[in-house]
Amino acid sequence: MEGRGLMSSTNDAFVEFSGVQKTYDGEALVVKNLNLEVARGEFLTMLGPSGSGKTTTLMMLAGFEAPTHGSILLGGRAIDNMPPHKRDIGMVFQNYALFPHMTVEENLAFPLRVRKLGKADTHARIKRALDMVRLGAYGGRRPGQLSGGQQQRVALARALVFGPKLVLMDEPLGALDKQLREHMQLEIKRIHENLGVTIVYVTHDQVEALTMSDRIAVFNEGVIQQLAAPVELYERPQSAFVAQFIGENNRLRGKVVAMNGADCKVEIPGVGNVHALAVKVEGVGQPTVLSLRPERVRLNPTPGSLPNVFSAQVAEVIYLGDHVRTRLSVCGHDDFVVKLPSSEGVVQVEPGAAITIGWNTEDCRALDAP
Amino acid sequence: MATTAVRSTGSPKGMPLHLKLRRVERRQKLKAFILVLPLLLFILIGFVLPIGRMLFNAIHDHTLLTLMPRTMTALSEWEGRDLPDEAIYAALIADLKDSWAQKTATAIGKRMNYELPGSLSQVVLSARKASLLTSGPYKEAMIEISPLWGRQDVWNLMKRGTSAYTDYYLLRSIDYQYGPDSQIVASPPENAIFRGVFLRTLSISISVTAVTLLLGFPVAYLLATLPSRSSNLLMIMVVLPFWTSLLVRTIAWVVLLQQHGVVNETLIALHVISQPAELVYNRVGTIVAMTHIQLPFTLLPIYSVMKTISPTYVRAARSLGAGPFYAFWKVYFPQTLPGIAAGCLLTFILCLGYYITPALVGGAADQMVSSFVAYYTNEELNWGMASALGAILLTATLLLYYSFNKLVGVDRLKMG
Repeated sequence: MEGRGLMSSTNDAFVEFSGVQKTYDGEALVVKNLNLEVARGEFLTMLGPSGSGKTTTLMMLAGFEAPTHGSILLGGRAIDNMPPHKRDIGMVFQNYALFPHMTVEENLAFPLRVRKLGKADTHARIKRALDMVRLGAYGGRRPGQLSGGQQQRVALARALVFGPKLVLMDEPLGALDKQLREHMQLEIKRIHENLGVTIVYVTHDQVEALTMSDRIAVFNEGVIQQLAAPVELYERPQSAFVAQFIGENNRLRGKVVAMNGADCKVEIPGVGNVHALAVKVEGVGQPTVLSLRPERVRLNPTPGSLPNVFSAQVAEVIYLGDHVRTRLSVCGHDDFVVKLPSSEGVVQVEPGAAITIGWNTEDCRALDAP
Repeated sequence: MATTAVRSTGSPKGMPLHLKLRRVERRQKLKAFILVLPLLLFILIGFVLPIGRMLFNAIHDHTLLTLMPRTMTALSEWEGRDLPDEAIYAALIADLKDSWAQKTATAIGKRMNYELPGSLSQVVLSARKASLLTSGPYKEAMIEISPLWGRQDVWNLMKRGTSAYTDYYLLRSIDYQYGPDSQIVASPPENAIFRGVFLRTLSISISVTAVTLLLGFPVAYLLATLPSRSSNLLMIMVVLPFWTSLLVRTIAWVVLLQQHGVVNETLIALHVISQPAELVYNRVGTIVAMTHIQLPFTLLPIYSVMKTISPTYVRAARSLGAGPFYAFWKVYFPQTLPGIAAGCLLTFILCLGYYITPALVGGAADQMVSSFVAYYTNEELNWGMASALGAILLTATLLLYYSFNKLVGVDRLKMG
């Protein structure tokens, strides 16, 4: 995964973590040997469950936590001993952290006043920043008089108004409702494209990560599990954790019985042998987990068209508007999920019906067995 | 709730919505009122009424009106330019005779003595001698008995007694009094002490408030930012004084600060000073002891406000380019202002009423308004003066509270 990160980054790494470790209690490492490069102008998302070390990594970059080991470079300079206010990094916090005793304009003026900008320049920048987040008329209000979405946009404007090259965002949309969150995702993406700033974004919401990011670093237990573009991450997860964390997938535990180049044959107890793509298997005789996306499973395939065909029984059908979610029982595994586009209307399934299912070798990835 | 729901659905269909709402709200208000009723009655009977009655004494005094009814009736016609005529003297003698018989002459004399020092003995003497008089002319006889009754200012004082309401006590409390011709004049220097007392009360209260703020703010900050295990211990130490009697703490300060007390002995042993410093029975002792007692009152509201300030504000300020001090001063400190205002107001108002502590650790020049109130209540039995001083103190406090409310807004305060 380290190699992958280096490969996809350009030559001018803007942020570079090298060998960074962090522990709070001197025993457990919250971040374990982190190596990460962020390119100039990139939108990089750190995605992971809570406690995976992503926020700690962000706080080390912002300067609020010091790495226990290793160093962080910003624009080629080590910033380990640089206090937060000298780093020139914009930051958007989870609960916005707008200063409640100042108006929106005063909030935006804060970083400019610290930098001793002239009055006219300050005014122009505030106006530009407020227009950018479409809150031009709200300059005189206090944060308490704004809705959650408006506060969020003010926080965004404040983090950008002094023209930082790097902006950090710590789950900034977590407190918003779904519709507003989706709207803001696009807004942040638009601002990123317009300004060309580098953004490091932390979230535990995989949809958010997929929507906005150039690259996503999936964190778990203090380690980057995979660092890749959204498509790559979804289509070709490198570990069972990533496959499970990003999107839905069917997991089949089994044992490798034969290897043939990129393909392997896996024996699933109670199901039979399955042909799969060997992504991360240790060898013949070793345990593995097969990952299969629910939308890649075909119902009642033409016999002989697919290498993997099994019989199944429909256990449950849930209509979800754009697709039909079908839970199947496959040889005793009754949590096998298949997603069928509802527009097709070709395959009509009823609970209790006996059917066959099948999938391609490439869609079934043999991964590590945690 | 269930009954109200049934009621509103059972109400006439055409009933406007706001009437329905009002009906529901009225029931809730009634319920709330019944809940507070016992306390309300207690406060009313045990607090508001007695204090109100006491304060009434500041402007109400009918000693002369009730004890000398004939003279007062006769004086209501008197113009006050020359000495009264024979009829009024006759009324005076009749009243004095009564007062001698009913042993109220001292009360009359005391009342007159407030305004004309030395008149008490003259009045009692006059009453005793008047009781022996049988025939006129009364005017000459009375002036013969005591020159008091030949004085214009005495009669003016009597004339003022025809009204049950007086502003004498309030005037005295701000160092004014009545001159011989019933005109308002500044009190002579030996009586003009109250403005000084009020100013002293104010300055001691301000000093103590300022010191508690200076000492309390950093501790409150520490309490609010420390991890809870160590902050709990610190908190116990802060509120520990609450569990000790105020009297005990004050006496303890006497022990510590007296001439051969712990503090002086230690300083001498350390060769910081060569002779014992005057630390008690003066302003220093008063402020030290009062500060110690008031510290938690200032600190706790500040602490409770600080507890609610998220550390991300300072982080945000830091990330925006502010240094540690600038971020503290511009972002953290302004958010603590409601707590500071609440703590200081609480301490300041409590300080205004201090009585025991200055009496025990202060000198003669450190007595505050309350000790004069106590003096007039318990020793002089001059309730008019006690009430007037109390009324002025209360009014000043309420004015202060009102202006504070206008400036800061009490609803923004957090008392803890």
